[in-house]
Amino acid sequence: MPDHAIHGLLEDRKGQVLETASGTEPTELRCGTRSAAGSVSQRACVFCGSRVVLYPIADALHLVHGPAGCAAYTWDIRGAMSSGPALHRHSFTTDLRETDVIYGGAAKLEKALRELIAKHAPNAAFIYSTCIVGLIGDDVDAVARRVSADTGIPVIPVKSEGFKGTKKDGYAAACDALMELVGTSPEAPRSVRGINIMGEFNLAGEAWMIREYFERIGVPVVTTLTGDARVETVRRAHTASANIVQCSGSMQGLAIELEKRYGQPYRRVSFFGLEDTAQAIYDVADLLSEFDPELPQRAAQLVGDEMARVLPAIEVFRRDMEGRRAAIYVGGAFKAHSLIKALRHLGMRTVVVGSQTGNSDDYKRLQQLCDPGTVIVDDSNPVELSRFILEKKADLLIGGVKERPIAYKLGVAFCDHNHERKIPLAGFEGMIHFAREVHGSVTSPVWRWTARNREVRA
Amino acid sequence: MSLDMESLAALETEESPEYAVNPCKVCAPLGASLAFKGVEGAVPLLHGSQGCATYIRRYLISHFREPVDIASSSFDEMAAVFGGADSLMRALDNVAAQYQPQLIGVATTCLSETIGDDVADALRRYQPSNEFDCARVQVSTPSYSGTHLDGYYATVTSLVESLAEGGPSTGTVNIFPGIVSPSDLRWIKRTLEAFGLEGCLLPDYSDTLDGGQWSAYNRLPPGGTPLAKIRDAGKAAASVELGWSQARRETAGSYLNREFGIPCHSLGLPVGLEATDAFLEVLSRISGRPIPESMQAERARLLDAYVDAHKIAVGQKAVVFGDEDTALALALFLAEIGVEPALVASGGSGALADTAPAAHESLRTLNVKFMPDSDFARIGEAAKAVSPTLLVGHSKGYKLARELDIPLVRVGFPVHDRYGAARITMLGYEGTQRLFDDVVNTILDHRQAKSGVGYFYF
Repeated sequence: MPDHAIHGLLEDRKGQVLETASGTEPTELRCGTRSAAGSVSQRACVFCGSRVVLYPIADALHLVHGPAGCAAYTWDIRGAMSSGPALHRHSFTTDLRETDVIYGGAAKLEKALRELIAKHAPNAAFIYSTCIVGLIGDDVDAVARRVSADTGIPVIPVKSEGFKGTKKDGYAAACDALMELVGTSPEAPRSVRGINIMGEFNLAGEAWMIREYFERIGVPVVTTLTGDARVETVRRAHTASANIVQCSGSMQGLAIELEKRYGQPYRRVSFFGLEDTAQAIYDVADLLSEFDPELPQRAAQLVGDEMARVLPAIEVFRRDMEGRRAAIYVGGAFKAHSLIKALRHLGMRTVVVGSQTGNSDDYKRLQQLCDPGTVIVDDSNPVELSRFILEKKADLLIGGVKERPIAYKLGVAFCDHNHERKIPLAGFEGMIHFAREVHGSVTSPVWRWTARNREVRA
Repeated sequence: MSLDMESLAALETEESPEYAVNPCKVCAPLGASLAFKGVEGAVPLLHGSQGCATYIRRYLISHFREPVDIASSSFDEMAAVFGGADSLMRALDNVAAQYQPQLIGVATTCLSETIGDDVADALRRYQPSNEFDCARVQVSTPSYSGTHLDGYYATVTSLVESLAEGGPSTGTVNIFPGIVSPSDLRWIKRTLEAFGLEGCLLPDYSDTLDGGQWSAYNRLPPGGTPLAKIRDAGKAAASVELGWSQARRETAGSYLNREFGIPCHSLGLPVGLEATDAFLEVLSRISGRPIPESMQAERARLLDAYVDAHKIAVGQKAVVFGDEDTALALALFLAEIGVEPALVASGGSGALADTAPAAHESLRTLNVKFMPDSDFARIGEAAKAVSPTLLVGHSKGYKLARELDIPLVRVGFPVHDRYGAARITMLGYEGTQRLFDDVVNTILDHRQAKSGVGYFYF
């Protein structure tokens, strides 16, 4: 294996970066560990993982128990849309102060819960524990039980103390919280010949676009977890006959649990890019074909119609993009797989790919997907990413807000594919938006004067 | 200082908030990070969970639209139980190896403070494991105490306490501003030059957080207050602190006064005619030079602009919010131009806490309600009672502006929904002129948008 990519790495970071070579078997990439101290990881914490998963439930009260910062930093920063209530777009916090740290914050939590539930009449309340709650020993469970008994709504503690693991542990804590709700409505398990879409957060309305595909082929969507979800729809999730999991890093654990408990089979899918969107629809047709033998045929028809519409639309962009190089750094590695394929549709080659929370299998699959000479990295940082981008001469970076200035400072185009995005990038239609986004940035005239372009020309 | 008993009474009846809904503040480690980013060759290191650094980076990046590298000691459960000293030392090693900084600024968080980590002791015991040794300064910034402004001032104080040395007077001046934009920091530097003064502006993130395009990733962005200048702060002829809250606490200025006998002038942020006059008069006295003619001409033009557009301001009623020093400075400016600052609110207390605002003649004659330690839920409630025509403050007020259907003049920190936050000025005659034009033209823009007639000539 070439060791070019690993020169200059921090000792603590070795084993988390590799460069693919031709004709070699995929190797194990170290991942899933705590971020190296002092590395300037792009990851957040356990709380972040829980918050992103539960936040789109629009009729629940999301109360962050801790100092105001954790709630303030996450106030309506994600574009998870709701078709009705929008309680999730407020930022509720117990705003713990020094005296609370000394004497305990449970009383304050209870008062806040009671007043906020009385004022906003949510259908459930989630209490997110932040670092400090894990230290001062507030009995959050007891408060939740009391308030739930008095108000008649589920009050669910989320064990999301920032330091108790990584963002992935926050996903798990959120899934535990969801399991408190799923199955609490009276209907029988698997009584609806439809699906749940899991790990789909309705950013920029993407869940609605995806839901529409299934409606067109006659597959009811029981619940989207958690995009545009309501407490009531989450309760009914056990009634679906099968599950598909989009953001598998965050919700595969829940899918496994639901399979165990209710016998719902699940598939990992992705709605990013054309092949993967098509595959996701075929997978659902396959999962439900026992109930509806004609479903695969309708699925094929829909895919055919959409492909015929979308392919010419992206061809326009492809001409300008042919041969350009892309770097990808996103939250989950499963999404990166789809992006690599989507970029190929635009004639672009991926030269750097990494994620915050990928697992060992994800990274092996990435090695298989990528051309030789591609840098693959887990839990990277600005110093590494900027070096990989420059060394591999990437023309584009796909990432989020924290990655954006790295690209822009170096005169590299950028596509926001994180939770903050305001443009839907999922599904067939999303592929056109994605092509337009990438094309618009890569071909902008502003790069003419930037340092990187001057070097390339020289 | 004369007191307004009514204002005092009003403040005393204000209940201490139990919890917060849509906070109008962020936490102290953010302020610490911002201040450290204003020191040449410095890297901030937050001693706590990985999420603190990452959330704060994202918050700062969205405002400045620049890379903001902040390291973390990345606590795990073991560190929370047995103490974080080992993680901190590991982080110091890695930051030094990866960034080769001149200074690492260590700020605590709620986590490290609550477990009682002795950071000072850890720094004393620390032996660098590589050849990249550097200065290290620590500041205590528990997130449950105060706001980002408190963390910011505490960090400036800590830098000076740790580094400043006494000696024969150099005749220079120390300037310690509150949180202002990079463009405003540049104005301060130009103004010092205009008086022939040299000195230590601390912090100075005018270049580190508002730089040009790069050809390689600048691990340490150029700019910032040189360490040598902070060391020389103990030999200055005078200190000037800009931001009323500083007069109420232990500051860099009060420390230098006590330790080295350097006189400290404690002023508000120079926004508006009167406050700018006061600042320039102090500089004139320190330098022994008259106010430069070019500035007198700026003052004349500003006054002329005030007169030209004064009828636009007549009858306007504003809700002002931001960090306490910005909010108070903006209120004084608005009062000066005839816009009534009906509510002056902040998530912090400081200069808004009790008698301080009442000391300002121009506000005493107006019916101003001060709302220290507040959040946007309370600001919104109070705003509805006073029927404002205008909001003046940072971009987190946008939701309230939308709800009330009145315009928002964006100024202060953060501005997350516009470009150019780094260029939003308010200091001096020049910055005030820009702010004044923004205020009156925003009023006109709103009137035009709402007008059925569509006048286009005034």
